[in-house]
Amino acid sequence: MSETPQEKVARLARLRRDGGVLRDYRSPRYDEPFIMEQGAPGERGVFVPLAEDGVKKAVGEAADYIPEGMARAAAPVLPEMSQHQVLRHYLRYSQMTLGMDLGSDISEGTCTMKYSPKLHEELVRYHRAADLHPWQDEDTLQGLLEIVYETGQYLKEISGMDGFTLQPGGGSHAVYTNACVMRRYFEARGELGQRDEMITTIFSHPCDAATPKVAGFKVITVMPDENGYPDLEAFKAAVSERTVGCMITNPEDTGIYNPQIDKYVEVLHDAGALAFTDQANANGILGIARARDAGFDACHFNLHKTFSSPHGCEGPASGAYMVTEKLAPYLPVPVVTKVGETYHLDYDRPESIGRVRGFLGNWLCVIRAYAWIRNMGPDGLREVAEISVLNNNYLDRLLMAVKGVTRPYAEGHRRLDQVRYSLEELKEDTGFGTEAVRDRMVDFGIQSYWMSHHPWVVPEPFTPEPCETYDKRDLDEWAATIKKVSDEAYHEPDVVREAPHAQPIDQMRRTEAMEDPAQWAFTWRAYKKKVLGRQGPA
Amino acid sequence: MADKPFIHPYIPNAAPATKEAMLSELGLGSVEEIYAEIPERLRFKGRLDIPEPILAERDLRKHVMGLLDRNTSAVDYLNFCGAGCWQHHVPSVVDEVINRAEFVSAYCGGDYSDLGKYLSRFEFNSMLAELLDFDAVANPIYDWGDVAGRAFRMARRITGRDTVLVPAHISPMRLMEIRTLCQPESMPNSTKIRFYEWDRETGMADLDDLRAKVDDSHAAVYWESPGYLGTIEAHGAEIVKMAHEHGALAINGVDPITLGVLTPPGTVGADIACGDIQALGMHMHAGAGCSGFIAFRDDDPVFAQECPLELYTVMETKTPGQYAVGEAIAERTSYGSRDQGVDWVGTASGLWTIAAAVYMAVMGPQGFKELGETCIARSHYAAKLLGEIPGVEVKLSPHFFKEFVVSLDGTGKSVADVNKKLLAHEIFGGKDLSAEFPELGQSALFCVTEYHDQADIEKLASAVEEVTA
Repeated sequence: MSETPQEKVARLARLRRDGGVLRDYRSPRYDEPFIMEQGAPGERGVFVPLAEDGVKKAVGEAADYIPEGMARAAAPVLPEMSQHQVLRHYLRYSQMTLGMDLGSDISEGTCTMKYSPKLHEELVRYHRAADLHPWQDEDTLQGLLEIVYETGQYLKEISGMDGFTLQPGGGSHAVYTNACVMRRYFEARGELGQRDEMITTIFSHPCDAATPKVAGFKVITVMPDENGYPDLEAFKAAVSERTVGCMITNPEDTGIYNPQIDKYVEVLHDAGALAFTDQANANGILGIARARDAGFDACHFNLHKTFSSPHGCEGPASGAYMVTEKLAPYLPVPVVTKVGETYHLDYDRPESIGRVRGFLGNWLCVIRAYAWIRNMGPDGLREVAEISVLNNNYLDRLLMAVKGVTRPYAEGHRRLDQVRYSLEELKEDTGFGTEAVRDRMVDFGIQSYWMSHHPWVVPEPFTPEPCETYDKRDLDEWAATIKKVSDEAYHEPDVVREAPHAQPIDQMRRTEAMEDPAQWAFTWRAYKKKVLGRQGPA
Repeated sequence: MADKPFIHPYIPNAAPATKEAMLSELGLGSVEEIYAEIPERLRFKGRLDIPEPILAERDLRKHVMGLLDRNTSAVDYLNFCGAGCWQHHVPSVVDEVINRAEFVSAYCGGDYSDLGKYLSRFEFNSMLAELLDFDAVANPIYDWGDVAGRAFRMARRITGRDTVLVPAHISPMRLMEIRTLCQPESMPNSTKIRFYEWDRETGMADLDDLRAKVDDSHAAVYWESPGYLGTIEAHGAEIVKMAHEHGALAINGVDPITLGVLTPPGTVGADIACGDIQALGMHMHAGAGCSGFIAFRDDDPVFAQECPLELYTVMETKTPGQYAVGEAIAERTSYGSRDQGVDWVGTASGLWTIAAAVYMAVMGPQGFKELGETCIARSHYAAKLLGEIPGVEVKLSPHFFKEFVVSLDGTGKSVADVNKKLLAHEIFGGKDLSAEFPELGQSALFCVTEYHDQADIEKLASAVEEVTA
């Protein structure tokens, strides 16, 4: 791009305001071979300690302690590579990863991709966080236990609940924990044989359907009515003496808040069933509405997402599972307690479901959540919610002006933290659906957007979530980018058809490998056998 | 606070002018008009009763660091506790890579925009496959116990049978996770757990008991090497044979850091392997460094089709020589088919797979071999020194990799008491087994790795001698 400094300043000023002027972006492209194809015999990346002479003299050869037949015959085919070369390889991969910090994760609706403060990374890397053994004497873990206990108290206040566990290793894991707690509750009451049905809604996260199934329940999925709310009549019809409970989201993936949510809970309670709400996306309601006040027996939060812990390429994460007094006896062991001024791990809980994971939990995420809550305070949390909701409605106004974009359901109502839009019109007009638009938008340095969980009830969906992290210019840029791609779809279809153009690789092929056993290759050695073996040398 | 605007450094649009401009663009007087969607009766009316904020970064850092300083770390003290979470050296280059902001902050970005994440993941799968001698590795999830339970359920789906045979000396903690996943036995689709015995002399499987128990009702036979009590299992191939004779699958739980020197599960003949990657470059993080993997044969597509975790395949692009990575047979996951999927998946432990990839790449075959030899030598040296202390006895077979059982019965002291006293020597002692395995009396499971040098081990031995005297 050739321009004078003045022109550049003017362009950048207009950058996000005008759909025709966008970020001049090129992703790094390193043409980097797989690490399995690099290095040379004899190179190595790190020296490891060798047994001292005194040790060897005392015990002899290590090989003598390996049972017959258990000594590895052929060395593993791993890279033999010097350290700089390994580092450089993965730094190149990191540069070919936009992530949240570099990109615009407004794109990642249902994920609440907010800024994860760098201070937190310093905290969790400190050896008194990173180099702790889970079975250390609890006297030597008092700082960690205090952080976990206090975070639990804050989350109880934010949700209105009475008890908590921070053992689950992610949001879906917390949702699974709920299915197990409800199972145990009815088992203890002798009703497990009778109650075997869990109710969810189609706009709730897939884990709200999948985890109760894994826990052994039949799953009933309620579809939306014409306004996008879970159909109350269908919901009532689904509830019976067989019902365990519900596992639903509010606001759902559509961003629509169900104003009658307490009525659904009432229907369940009248039938002796329990009510859980999936609050992975609580960002728009922090300090605004609490699960307990709508009558729920349990809820969860994602400490990644809402409470700032980063996603780390999909984990480690942490699901905070919160319950009322009634369900507290069934929480997994251990539970963190406080007696006087000391903190304890309480295993003596005979009604507990047992465990959903080993050891304690992903408490590095809890350290971050603790720091974040302490940094926000009560007014800060509320400000997070308010600005998220404002950002979403502002972006909504911009997006509804883009040709080909529609917003199904609940006309006349405002959405909270996110919106599920449709590109059905664009597809009808141009042939380009949501996947094509997504794969073109990335050419402008915008993170690949989240379309929808399956099934696509909203056709050709996309789901942005502009949480409090993003400034107005970010929102303007995001909207301008999709406007630009919409314009291209109508007027320059080849650009969209051949996209992406500015990414680390070109358009993907060989998609049949995703379904065909003869072609899928989950590892390089499988690829060498299945594909390179057939096609000749690499 | 309420008197002045709260413009937090992480909330740019809280700046009054911006907020006003956006509201006015929307024709709104305040955000409250948006919240009108929530009926009054469901609104939280008060102010959250949580502490006032610590705003300045310096003050917050001091506060949280102050709390963390109430912990004593395995760097402050010498740690000899393992039992499923092990202290190995983490090369600095591993931390350098996984502390990159791109990797720390990435989530479910796309095939193009987050390509590096997917390539790293594929390389992790590929290198772990070489250690395990399997062609297929799935995307890891929470930890060993979790993937063991999922592998049992996978075997149930593949065989149509509902019972899995498990060694009686499995980690009780791991077993609790498995039981939660396998459902109460009163439920119609539960997976039943039955046990086979272990040899009290060697710590290995009791093959006679297994032979007597395994039959055509079993979906799988599960064994571990090294087992929870540290012993390397010598009879993997015989266990596989017995399982296969009855149409059951053979599932091998394994600690992959042993596989520079030990025969891998694929070579032994297992159908499925599972275990934890924590030892491969993760700090312990009080157990949060754990991450469970599942690997399997790929000669029959039913394994992939019933795999509970996400699978990624290498793909190509329109430019020859370029590679991409895509999710394979996604329909079978909960993301593809909700409750009709084979299991559930969710945010798991992606960053740890990148750490493990870097770790495996820098270690290479020679590093893994040397590390294995050092673990064996030093743990046996520790066992030798501890065994020489009056009243202290090393139990079970001499075939262990890094963990071994030490009985204190002859000292008249309890493990709890000894471990408390070891704290004064700045030592975390072995895992107390007295509640988990009462038949072992006052025994502890000690863990010695390449992290512990000769001087560390000698310090442990002299401290144990002193506190048991």
